[in-house]
Amino acid sequence: MGNQSLPQRMHIDLPLILGLLALCSLGLVILYSASGMDRDVVFNQGGKIALAFGLMLLFAQIPPAQLARWSLWVYLAGVVLLVAVLIAGDVSKGARRWLDLGIVRFQPSELMKLAVPMFAAWYISERSIPPGIASTVAVCALVLVPVLLIGKQPDLGTALLVGVAGFTVLFVAGISWRLLGGLALGAALSSPVVWYFMNDYQHKRVFTFLDPEQDPLGAGYHIIQSMIAIGSGGLYGKGWLNGTQSHLEFLPERSTDFIFSVYCEEFGFMGVLLLCGLYLFVIGRGLYLALNAQEAYGRLLGAGLVLTFFVYIFVNMGMVMGQLPVVGVPLPLISQGGTALVTLMTGFGMLMSIHSHRRLLSG
Amino acid sequence: MHKQGRRRFLTACFSIVTILLLWRVIDLQVLNNETLKLHGEERSVRVVTIPAHRGAIVDRNHEPLAISTPVASVWAVPREALAAEAHLPKLAAMLGQETPALRQLLKERTSRDFMYLKRQISPQEAEKIRSAGVPGVYLQQEYKRYYPAADVTAHIIGFTTVDDTGQEGLELAYDDWLSGTPGQKRVLQDARGRVVADIESIQTVQSGKELVLSIDQRIQYLAHRELKRAISEHQASSGSLVMLDSTTGEVLAMVGQPAYNPNDRNDLKSEYYRNRAVTDVFEPGSTMKPFTVAAALMSGVFTTESIVETGPGYFYINGHKIEDIHNYGRLDLLNIIRKSSNVGASKLALAMGPELLWNMCTSLGFGQNTMSGFPGESPGLINNYRNWSELELATVAFGHGLAVTNLQLAQAYATLAADGLLRPISFVKVEGPVDGQQVIPADVVGLVKVMLESVTNDGGTGQLAAVKGYRVGGKTGTARKLIAGDYVRNRHVSLFAGIAPLSNPRLAMVVTIDDPRGGAYYGGEVAAPVFANVMKGALRILDIMPDNLPGEDSAAIMAQSAAAMEPAAQ
Repeated sequence: MGNQSLPQRMHIDLPLILGLLALCSLGLVILYSASGMDRDVVFNQGGKIALAFGLMLLFAQIPPAQLARWSLWVYLAGVVLLVAVLIAGDVSKGARRWLDLGIVRFQPSELMKLAVPMFAAWYISERSIPPGIASTVAVCALVLVPVLLIGKQPDLGTALLVGVAGFTVLFVAGISWRLLGGLALGAALSSPVVWYFMNDYQHKRVFTFLDPEQDPLGAGYHIIQSMIAIGSGGLYGKGWLNGTQSHLEFLPERSTDFIFSVYCEEFGFMGVLLLCGLYLFVIGRGLYLALNAQEAYGRLLGAGLVLTFFVYIFVNMGMVMGQLPVVGVPLPLISQGGTALVTLMTGFGMLMSIHSHRRLLSG
Repeated sequence: MHKQGRRRFLTACFSIVTILLLWRVIDLQVLNNETLKLHGEERSVRVVTIPAHRGAIVDRNHEPLAISTPVASVWAVPREALAAEAHLPKLAAMLGQETPALRQLLKERTSRDFMYLKRQISPQEAEKIRSAGVPGVYLQQEYKRYYPAADVTAHIIGFTTVDDTGQEGLELAYDDWLSGTPGQKRVLQDARGRVVADIESIQTVQSGKELVLSIDQRIQYLAHRELKRAISEHQASSGSLVMLDSTTGEVLAMVGQPAYNPNDRNDLKSEYYRNRAVTDVFEPGSTMKPFTVAAALMSGVFTTESIVETGPGYFYINGHKIEDIHNYGRLDLLNIIRKSSNVGASKLALAMGPELLWNMCTSLGFGQNTMSGFPGESPGLINNYRNWSELELATVAFGHGLAVTNLQLAQAYATLAADGLLRPISFVKVEGPVDGQQVIPADVVGLVKVMLESVTNDGGTGQLAAVKGYRVGGKTGTARKLIAGDYVRNRHVSLFAGIAPLSNPRLAMVVTIDDPRGGAYYGGEVAAPVFANVMKGALRILDIMPDNLPGEDSAAIMAQSAAAMEPAAQ
């Protein structure tokens, strides 16, 4: 035990934590500009980052076997809470997402981003790998339950991410290509049903995505302004705090969902390369940690979490660049707000645990 | 093996998605950079106009008649203002509104990004609102035109539009002079249209120039007051008054009734805007006769000794009766003017023929625009003499069958005052001597002036126009109103036109009172007193030497004038 380094003893992965710190710091820098140079906003966000890192360190100490034992219960609790939200949740911005627990306001859907991959990994790892038809169908059904509950709130973005988290686990577990093809076909066939269950405003977002110029002053406004901001950044950007489109308030939601546009305008293509480089490093390191796990549960959970993180980035960037519908997904670790941050960092904590405990066991 | 394929598939997906994202960034930031930058500037860079301070309008003594004062307009972004609920009562109080009404107003317009809360408030009020710092409420600098003399100068000055450009009167006629050049600058503005920063100045603002009018505000006030009083006293429908400086052609006073307050035009009929002195025409009636007599003298057919038989007080042309009020019998030219004999004037015209009378009218400018530049000026109306019947020739001689504006008639009388020199009309102050055109020989004018003086003396029709201490010459006029093509018996236009002081004339004035219905309607009763009061005041205001103080021998002056007539008579 004595020859273990400090990071090893603390169950943390130094490269990953440095990558995360770099991303969060870059996030604070750009948030200062996007918030209109509001120091309070930056300090507040800094506090949330500190809290999230604390949670990450805490979860890094919990062995994967423990997490596996909790998986079913976390999943069940999450579903119960989601039902509770639909019955008694607080409405904010037209959607019922929050559950007021007296002390804290809490989004059960956020919990599901962790609970679903945990549950899927546990369910599959308890059975045969790769999963057969029976467990594939079972996992699909059990993933769909929270996805539909979240979609009903309505919160399309989170529903999407939760679904992705569940299915990536299934994919990493190695379901056969034929099963995968069958699932894809099923998804394609069920899309009209999904469309039917979507709200008007969700329909509108899809239409806006298909043709933003159709309503340049209404729903298409956000996307057009965002594309203008990104495009006017050019190769090298206008410089920190010099983004006119964002500072003149032409850009909506510029410190949250659309913060990438602010970043692009001020730091240009070079800045984008830096940001993407950092993301790729974190994803690469995360995949390395996950795929080197010895236990099936850890490998499945880890890969699911990292791939969800990737989809997170992809959906946000695609959205602000006008390639995906606006579904309200923040740019991970950069956008203002604590909820998504806490979930993500907790996930990274689990990832570190998976890796560090593996070494302990094998050593 | 199985695991390997899965990882490769994953890496491939991963790479494709990443490349797609980066390609999109390149597409936007590199390939479409210029276009999108341009779109961005279209949204944020604006060229704004800086309003130029409009030049003031002042009277000949530099008393202000129209001035531009800085004001502010309060506007709001309804959504932002509503969000600051706690500020609403304070804001409502400052705007003089009820809080619920204001809230309602804002709520109705939440979809807009701009609404005026109150326009043109004083700088003090604006400062109060600025320092209150209500979110979503902003101020905008503007200029407001203010007219200190209000209705007294309303018709002549006119007014401006909300955009500060001339709409009526001299504000319109001299708009280029007054408005100056607005400046332009490029600014950066935010999504709500608020200017955030100046980028560069494109054109510096140049204030408009001051306009010095020929008007004397003191006389203008007097004229306004007297005309207004006469119109209410005689229950007339409207009226106008013009006073010219005959030595320069300058308009010293020009008023009309009914007038309006240009500072408060909320509930105003457009007919009040008309400057009747230049836009409305009327038949000059007997005020025409001095020019008929002048034409007769110029024809060589008549001298001051010529006698015209007007008995029995009427005669017929083609079955139409031309008549006087009394049978005056045999009249010389002076008495034709003094008694205002229609029969006498008609017979002069019939004897000299139409061409001479028409020449007299047109050389005085009847039927033509005076070129004063006043917007909406009417040229009046006179038919070509070649188309005149005998009857028309006879009626034109006593001022029927032609139409003139008050300004045209005043210019004609100013020509008498200026020894036959027709001078151009000027609304702006004139420095130095003004050339005129000799349209009536000076000696003929000398004779006519004697006749005009007899009108205001004992036995004349215009004795009420006399001014103590001054020799005043003038002519009454009472024209029957032409309504729908027919002369109506008891509807009249009462006129008085005259000049003073006769020894060295300086002022010419015409008073028109339309449709007096209070009993009196003769020009000598209705218009002459207005003339006397305004002329008396003007002579005193302008410090013009009296020429008729007790003891002076007026008979000698008359003899002098008679001697001057000899060359004309030959």
